[in-house]
Amino acid sequence: MTESAVRPTPASPTPPEGHLLEVRDLHVEFRTREGVARVINGVTYHLDAGETLAVLGESGSGKSVTAQAIMGILDTPPAYVRSGEIRYRGRDLLTRSEEERRQVRGTEIAMIFQDALSALNPVFPVGWQIGESLRQRAGLSRADARRRTVELMDLVRIPAAATRLGDYPHQFSGGMRQRVMIAMALALDPKVLIADEPTTALDVTVQAQIMDLLADLRRDLGMALILITHDLGVVAGVADRIAVMYAGRIVEHADVRSLYRAPAHPYTKGLLESIPRLDVRGQALSTIPGLPPNLMRIPPGCPFHPRCLYAQQVCVDEVPHDLVLGDGRTSACHFAQEVHDDRAR
Amino acid sequence: MSDFETVAATEDQSARRGVSGEPGTPDRAGRPGRSRSLAGDAWRDLRRNPVFWLSLLLVLLVAAMAVAPGLFTANDPRDCVLSRQHAGPSGGAIFGYDFQGCDTFARAVYGARASLLVGAFSAVITGVIALVVGMLAGFFGGWVDAVLSRVIDIVLGIPLLLAAIVLLKRVSTSGETVRLFAVILVLALLGWTTAARVVRSSVITAREQDYVAAARMLGAGDGRIMWRHILPNALAPAIVVLTIALGSFIAAEATLSFLGIGLKAPTISWGIDIDAGRVHMRESATPLIVPSVFLALTVLAFIMLGDAVRDAFDPKLR
Amino acid sequence: MTAPASPAKVRGETVLAVDELVKHFPITQGVLFKRQIGAVRAVDGVSFELRRGETLGVVGESGCGKSTLARLLMRLETPTAGRATLEGRDLFRASGGELRRLRRNMQMVMQDPYTSLNPRMTVGDIVGEPFAIHPDAAPKGSRRQRVQELLDVVGLNPEHVNRYPHQFSGGQRQRIGIARALALRPEIIVCDEPVSALDVSIQAQVINLLAQLQDEFGLSYIFIAHDLSVVRHICDRVAVMYLGRIVEIGTEEQIYRRATHPYTQALLSAVPVPDPAARDRRTIIRLSGDVPSPADPPSGCRFRTRCWKAEEVCAVQDPQTVPRAADPHPSACHFAEVRPDV
Repeated sequence: MTESAVRPTPASPTPPEGHLLEVRDLHVEFRTREGVARVINGVTYHLDAGETLAVLGESGSGKSVTAQAIMGILDTPPAYVRSGEIRYRGRDLLTRSEEERRQVRGTEIAMIFQDALSALNPVFPVGWQIGESLRQRAGLSRADARRRTVELMDLVRIPAAATRLGDYPHQFSGGMRQRVMIAMALALDPKVLIADEPTTALDVTVQAQIMDLLADLRRDLGMALILITHDLGVVAGVADRIAVMYAGRIVEHADVRSLYRAPAHPYTKGLLESIPRLDVRGQALSTIPGLPPNLMRIPPGCPFHPRCLYAQQVCVDEVPHDLVLGDGRTSACHFAQEVHDDRAR
Repeated sequence: MSDFETVAATEDQSARRGVSGEPGTPDRAGRPGRSRSLAGDAWRDLRRNPVFWLSLLLVLLVAAMAVAPGLFTANDPRDCVLSRQHAGPSGGAIFGYDFQGCDTFARAVYGARASLLVGAFSAVITGVIALVVGMLAGFFGGWVDAVLSRVIDIVLGIPLLLAAIVLLKRVSTSGETVRLFAVILVLALLGWTTAARVVRSSVITAREQDYVAAARMLGAGDGRIMWRHILPNALAPAIVVLTIALGSFIAAEATLSFLGIGLKAPTISWGIDIDAGRVHMRESATPLIVPSVFLALTVLAFIMLGDAVRDAFDPKLR
Repeated sequence: MTAPASPAKVRGETVLAVDELVKHFPITQGVLFKRQIGAVRAVDGVSFELRRGETLGVVGESGCGKSTLARLLMRLETPTAGRATLEGRDLFRASGGELRRLRRNMQMVMQDPYTSLNPRMTVGDIVGEPFAIHPDAAPKGSRRQRVQELLDVVGLNPEHVNRYPHQFSGGQRQRIGIARALALRPEIIVCDEPVSALDVSIQAQVINLLAQLQDEFGLSYIFIAHDLSVVRHICDRVAVMYLGRIVEIGTEEQIYRRATHPYTQALLSAVPVPDPAARDRRTIIRLSGDVPSPADPPSGCRFRTRCWKAEEVCAVQDPQTVPRAADPHPSACHFAEVRPDV
């Protein structure tokens, strides 16, 4: 960090109140045989210490690719970062060497995935896997690493941790495997945890346990959490802010309560209205017509316009910029105010 | 199923719970990786694979030699005059003459027919046996599978040369055609096991698919399910294995003929010529080298072709 | 409707009755001489009735036996014990021609739209296959037209009969699966997690389609799902399963407003509600631990190992799924009571 402090470039000072993690105008494309798919088209978001940001989107919205870009684990080829910045504590990660990025990975930013079974190596005991980075990177002795591993397993509430060190991943249930993965991610005490669909593969009751655990860990360890999900329900429970993604863009960005109270983008509004709710039994669900666009042929103007009920000629002609509504909310819609007021009425 | 699938899959599992599937739709969003069919994808891969084109060219060349050897040489391979023994290149005989005074090149060109006949027929018979055995074992499982799998193990345990000597002894005095088919039969009967195993495992995979269950729920019988649902999905890997097997059958035929238990003169075969060339190697190496190179290239071509097709069809290798 | 079922179709009469259905999968040891060392009790005594025109939801977590139940009803698995009566005939005794006739009355929509369609068949062949198997369902000349009608009914372009499944999106594939299930004009469609593999914005489209088809054709659905919000939206009655048993069954109103079984209450309270204001109002019951293995279920009440109400009697006495004093719908709990805060 000292290095960045002496760097004279005005673009990269570390302001004391600066964001912990900041993604600025990120563009990622996939170059394939069929052509170029523009997967991320100018994503900008930030994360402050100790807060929870939810990134919400459907398949292909680019929510996971953004996270992979932050972690520096994009598959290249076919994925290439075309432009943009990813600043961690004021320094751009994208301009750093692979070696430096590896230092950041795990110790500063860690990630957990949806499928804990395939993320764990089936032929090694879980205790060994959690302890690996402690031995390799923190340089702990075998005995110390073992002691710390048990602490970590206790931290993620794996019962009788000390006796389960030697067990293999298949001997754990889905929920317990997810806990093992969280313990691995926490081993080097990261400041940012990215959770990519952490509960999607789990049952409802176990889902609730894992979300509670993540919320408690964030609070107790003072981490910042990026929660990537497609589930509007999960988000409502834990997030402070939400970024809604569609076709590789952030279409709406708001704090949780105001977003659910009055969405300001037609896509968010459509999503909220299309999900059946436990507390409301309705008749026909309202739907978003059509399908998300092919990323190789994103419609001109607003990418959502072919499916949008508010669409006008301007939506075909002009890409909407982020419109700032009250309390720091933004919406990438020409008619953001109308959409917002519609709901409020 | 590009490289892309990985990312598409991560994004997707949110909704699809890690299930694997065929690639999807062109008009589907955000999933550019699944906009093609397996076959279309494979073809795209093959089209830009030089190994594929090279091996295909060689295979077509050998096939043309087998069908119309007259196009490649004007000389008669059986027109042998001892006075030309080991004579140098002259006229159409670009590689000169062998010990018997026959045109070395012409004999190599005419030898393609026997090799290809043996290779192709053995592969077809192998394919039929493998499909039937693999389908029955894979589809019915249980004791049928247990019995057939043991049969496969037993056949696999029989040494090819020993069995060939024993079986071909019976036709040692028979005519050219009978001998040819005897060799084909021996190779097929001993060579179907690998293909049968491949068919069996792809049948087992297909049998567990949801669309088979869906057909069952509609009341479809075993025959319909095997024919309409399982066979088309098990055929591709079988064809790949058989292409590779075709190459090794040609090599096996040459080996048997070389040892004097396969084809015999007056049939023209690379194996026979390699044997003859070996005897007089010190006087002139060309009669040994030419058929050997023809044989090696042909076998290689089939194996490379099969390999290229398999790689193209196997998304995991990309 | 031209189905050759009962002539008078009274809405509300029982079309399917399932009685004490049991399926145990043996666990064997040894290669050549297999001996049974135990059994996975996937379905362990399930009884319910399905009425004409209604939707019965079956909810539960993974491993509760709901998918095995579907496979049993579709005769993809043979039950260990129990009976099921479909249209007055014994479903599990039927074989040959009788089974084929019974199959026409009950079809299934599967969970995964990517594996449930044969990748090497065209959409026309897939949706037309029921007619190829049951030639009397549609005369040969009219099949193509029938297939196109079906595609139209499920909201697909009838011109697309010659396309292959991979040319469609997940939601469209699920529609193809629905068209195939509809082809024989069944009375009952078993929907096994029909939308859980789809994107959020597509789920609603498929749910609406299912609801609309029910009205149009008078279908009865058995709707298997893990998503309680979806089930509440579409179901008239709901059965909650835990470790191979139905622990509570009742109308949508009874289950969602007056649940008396602690497991149902926990399940309901764990569902994330997309409304940040609601989370302040709701009490969330956190269950500890995981579902026990169905190969070795707890004695007495199967839920007792995770239940906060469990007492000695729960370990000894297996509670029956019978109406309880707290509310007159069947619930398998010794201490059944309504919780107002769920």
